[in-house]
Amino acid sequence: MTFQLAAFALAGGFLLGIITGLGRLSTRKWIYYPATLYVNFFRSLPLILVIFWFYFMVPFIIGRPLGDFLSAIVAFIAFEASYFAEIFRGGIQSIPQGQVMAGYSTGLGYFNTMRHIVLPQALRNMVPPIVTQCVIIFQDTSLAYVIGLKEFLRRTSLVDARELRSLELYLFAGFVYLVFCSIGTIASRRLEKRGFRR
Amino acid sequence: MFSYEFDWGVLWRHPYGQWMLNGIWTTIHLSLLAWCIAVMLGLVVAVFRVLPNRTTRFIGGFYVEVIRNTPYLVQLFFWYFAFPTILPEATEKWLYNNVPDLPYWTGVVCLGIYTASRVGEQFRAGMLSIPPDQYQAAFSTGLTTYQTYRYVIIPYAIRIIIPPFTTEFLTCFKNSALTMTIGVLETTGASYLIDSYTWHGLETTTAATVVYIVLTLSVVVFMAWVERKIYIPGMIARKR
Repeated sequence: MTFQLAAFALAGGFLLGIITGLGRLSTRKWIYYPATLYVNFFRSLPLILVIFWFYFMVPFIIGRPLGDFLSAIVAFIAFEASYFAEIFRGGIQSIPQGQVMAGYSTGLGYFNTMRHIVLPQALRNMVPPIVTQCVIIFQDTSLAYVIGLKEFLRRTSLVDARELRSLELYLFAGFVYLVFCSIGTIASRRLEKRGFRR
Repeated sequence: MFSYEFDWGVLWRHPYGQWMLNGIWTTIHLSLLAWCIAVMLGLVVAVFRVLPNRTTRFIGGFYVEVIRNTPYLVQLFFWYFAFPTILPEATEKWLYNNVPDLPYWTGVVCLGIYTASRVGEQFRAGMLSIPPDQYQAAFSTGLTTYQTYRYVIIPYAIRIIIPPFTTEFLTCFKNSALTMTIGVLETTGASYLIDSYTWHGLETTTAATVVYIVLTLSVVVFMAWVERKIYIPGMIARKR
């Protein structure tokens, strides 16, 4: 369950993040301001509140409850997209302006310049922060606990309620998260080093 | 479709209004206290990690890796549910009987410990980002060690450190919302509690959202003002 949640949050957040990130770089005001508003709005809220918000909000909009899992996923996607958007913006801005100009001057349009010149370079710079963000997402999925979703931590506390072995259980939960997240952290560090060598 | 009836009155009707205000106030002092712990502990960790001593470096590194790679919620549960059970029984009893507001203090300490690992990394980055030439230049002009730190290094370091610290403080502030899971009634906790009494979750959550945005924005604006105030022209290139 934890993995499913993390995977959905990652995929959705990534896509929405690209769109929002590009929106943040747009020179058109009507694209720039909504995107900026979106990013700043979600970045100033605790994730737990966003989860609650969707939990209450979505049934109100579509008129029926959406279920724990789906509403948690929507909340995660909306929340993580704002963080991914900032990573993308940073990555794209790290590409010198000259590259973009060169792209335009060879006759490529906005889309093609982005597709063939800016994004391939920017993505390379973005890999370490993206991996870090994945680790954070993986940790954040534990927050779905609050709306009663039976992910890893909720399972742990359910077992604890039956068996009363808090110490072993929470140490174990911590250890599992530690192992998976360390893999991510180490991967991101190695990627960063490799990036420097290039 | 829109079968929901808005009743914004729950936000100020007695006793819910009082709960909400208490919640906001709790959020503020909880995150400030945790921040104090985090800065002190973070400084220790950072010093540990840059000292030329293998043991302290290992301890510092171990601390940072473990804390940063486990979710805050798991740590919170560990300290609140699991940790008291390994204490001697007398201590455990004393803890439950004599400490008023145990969840609150657990939240403060745990948030402090968690944030310290991140703050420590920022401190370390700040220390390492000061070029060694600065020390050499200061010493060669005849300043003592104390003077070097007081007049050259620290003024330099503070200005480098402020922007990441603002971010860290806001993260700490937002993480304080998680203490609701062990029963601290801060802003999110209060809004959830009111919801469970009144079924008006949408209003209370919206109110909590507004509270967080206002608080975050005021911190950002204030720190931007501080940054401008202490900015030394030409010293650190502003990234814009």
